[in-house]
Amino acid sequence: MIQVNNNPFPYDNNMTISDILKKKKYMDHMIVVRINGNHVRPEEYNTKVVKDGDDVKVIHLFGGG
Amino acid sequence: MQIEKLRSEHKLLTEFKYDLQPIEKGYANRTLYINLSENHIESQPVTQFMKDKFVGGKGFGLYKLWHAVKPETRWQDPENEIIIAPGPVAGITQYPGTGKSLVVSISPLTDMIIDSNVGGYVGPFLKFSGWDALEIQGKAEKDVIIVIDGNDGTVKIEEAPLEAVDGHVLGEQLTEMYAKDEDDMRNVSVVTAGTAAENTLIGLLNFTFYDTRKKVARLKQAGRGGIGTVFRDKKVKGIVIRYAGTHGNMNNVDDIAPINKAGITIHKQIDKLDDVQCRMRQVGTANIVEVMDAYDLLPTHNYQYGSHKDTVKIDSHTFIKNYLSQNSPDGCWYGCSLSCAKAAEGFKLESGPYKGDKVCVDGPEYETAAGCGSNIGVFDAHAILELNFYCDTYGIDTISFGTLTAFVMECYERGIITKEQTGGLELTFGNKWAAYELIHQMSRGEGFGKIAGLGIRKMKDVFVNEFGADRDFLNDIGMEQKGLEYSEYMSKESLAQQGGYGLTNKGPQHDEAWLIFMDMVNNQIPSFEDKAEALHYFPMFRTWFGLCGFCKLPWNDTTPESNATADEPAKMPEHVQNYVNIFNGVTGLSIDRDELIRQSERVYNFQRIFNIRMGKGLRVHDATPYRSMGPVTKEEYLSREERYDGQLKDIIGLDPTEMSLEDKMAATRKHREAQYEKLTDAVYKRRGWTPNGVPTVEKLSDLGMDLPELVEVINKHL
Repeated sequence: MIQVNNNPFPYDNNMTISDILKKKKYMDHMIVVRINGNHVRPEEYNTKVVKDGDDVKVIHLFGGG
Repeated sequence: MQIEKLRSEHKLLTEFKYDLQPIEKGYANRTLYINLSENHIESQPVTQFMKDKFVGGKGFGLYKLWHAVKPETRWQDPENEIIIAPGPVAGITQYPGTGKSLVVSISPLTDMIIDSNVGGYVGPFLKFSGWDALEIQGKAEKDVIIVIDGNDGTVKIEEAPLEAVDGHVLGEQLTEMYAKDEDDMRNVSVVTAGTAAENTLIGLLNFTFYDTRKKVARLKQAGRGGIGTVFRDKKVKGIVIRYAGTHGNMNNVDDIAPINKAGITIHKQIDKLDDVQCRMRQVGTANIVEVMDAYDLLPTHNYQYGSHKDTVKIDSHTFIKNYLSQNSPDGCWYGCSLSCAKAAEGFKLESGPYKGDKVCVDGPEYETAAGCGSNIGVFDAHAILELNFYCDTYGIDTISFGTLTAFVMECYERGIITKEQTGGLELTFGNKWAAYELIHQMSRGEGFGKIAGLGIRKMKDVFVNEFGADRDFLNDIGMEQKGLEYSEYMSKESLAQQGGYGLTNKGPQHDEAWLIFMDMVNNQIPSFEDKAEALHYFPMFRTWFGLCGFCKLPWNDTTPESNATADEPAKMPEHVQNYVNIFNGVTGLSIDRDELIRQSERVYNFQRIFNIRMGKGLRVHDATPYRSMGPVTKEEYLSREERYDGQLKDIIGLDPTEMSLEDKMAATRKHREAQYEKLTDAVYKRRGWTPNGVPTVEKLSDLGMDLPELVEVINKHL
């Protein structure tokens, strides 16, 4: 199990940031991703592998109204 | 256009001459007072007290209105005012989004203070003409226009019997009439309302800016709260402000270097990133239609649902492909590189008195696309632009029109009202022709449009008292609070946004706080204390834009690259520092981020106490309709049954498999309503208010706002 935005989320082996975005149906632009507080650059989303127990934050920088 | 014929019928009622003087560090240091009942015009000083306590813009508007009205004054009383005020920063051209004005009045919808922000050239031209605010009181006997010439130093009130009332016509007429030649049209800005503003309570004000490429007076709106209705009730047909000679340092700023530095940085950022971020330059605020739909946040069929299979027909790509001009300089003030003011040129109307005309439609903004689109079940881009055009030219608010039409359509579909009561209008979701006819009736002041134009709160009274409707159910589904119609976001799954709508001064308008993503999607503010902090910081921060003359959009609709590693990315810290630097550069003061918030707190608490003085502004007035919190009907619950059942199990600790649908809905409602009450407690505490929502003397003292007249008001409630 990992944490995604402070909520438990099932962990899969070799899960990448892109996998998480897809499963959570998050947009893939205008976001900031951090794993255990460390920033992940957009070009790393397809390759950055998450480890079991990691704390992932996907922060949508969406201004809205 | 027979301009000379129109002008020949003008009758000069009074003329006021004044000395021209330079602006000093963002302030003209005087305000313009006009009394239409007495045809009296005078100059009033801006005091240091006003600057220290109220900054400018909305702050000046509230200060002036406080001293103009009594607690029992209501919108149609002559002493009610309309105050238009830019702020000290308004009119700089080095940074995007610096041409805003705030308009303040007593609202016909809420019977308390309304403020509405608006772009266009009126605010900057007003200041360049020598005035930090325009204060209009009294009522004229016949239709008048007010003409301010900032080069000649004159203010005139003229009877104007022949000009049109509808905004798109009147804007053109007055621009042509008061420009010295075609090139001078860019120096004329006009305020109008429209024919429906006369016959409804949802009237707006159009502020023009002349588009030299399209050769048309474009319209930006002070939309919320019915100020256009007050405008026409005072028999003001239009306001003209002419100022020629705008240049890059009209404000005579204290130090232009930090302003230039901030401007250059953000212009480069927008140029590099806007096309992959919000695409403001391509589509404006309507870029978020499809995003809201994807996250189940797009109000659909009167906020019952948050998405629809046909949203693709009204998404941003459809508007870009089929309607909106591209690569056009669409800033509503000079220097705005974000350029969100999109327009559909040569748009052919299919209904109403202008049927067949090809017109320029400003928009649609997101709010209009959702309110006049998905929320009324009209997934038709042409129809949205048609309603957008008529709302603007008739002078009514697209948000209130969309939300009240959605309410009416749900009432019609549920049999609460019938064809008999609507005068034959089949007000079913998706019936654009019925929506067209409704708006034309509002313009003519006829039929069911007259009832609908009262707004949802007063419509509920009519439906209950005259049609026998169930009050409780209407209160649940009628998306108004404090008398103002909700703007166009689903807040059911975001407790913080429920507070962002409900725990406001003027009513459910998102310009105080838009926390849906921060709360619902990002889960950045999970505790009540976290939400309360956000519902303190963001309303105060956003209030500040309206004190200074800034637009909100360049704050967080373009994101600096530094935000990726920022501690508090939702606050856009790099941009906040830009604002601090610009304010200090203009005024010569040396505020920091904390003082910025305190400047807003002074005004925000003043407005709260102003509402209390008028018999509003307490906890009971911050209650919200249940549809803003959760599913009112079985259909709503069943449409998201997995979500709601999951919450019963995981959050409330009940087993939904053992419960009837009615019991599940009741348990959900009980929980959500309790959550809102807990949130209210936390927010009031953070803001320094009592559990009844009254600012404390200690809080006012801390802010330096323990003024005797404010303490006198709150002492009655402590």
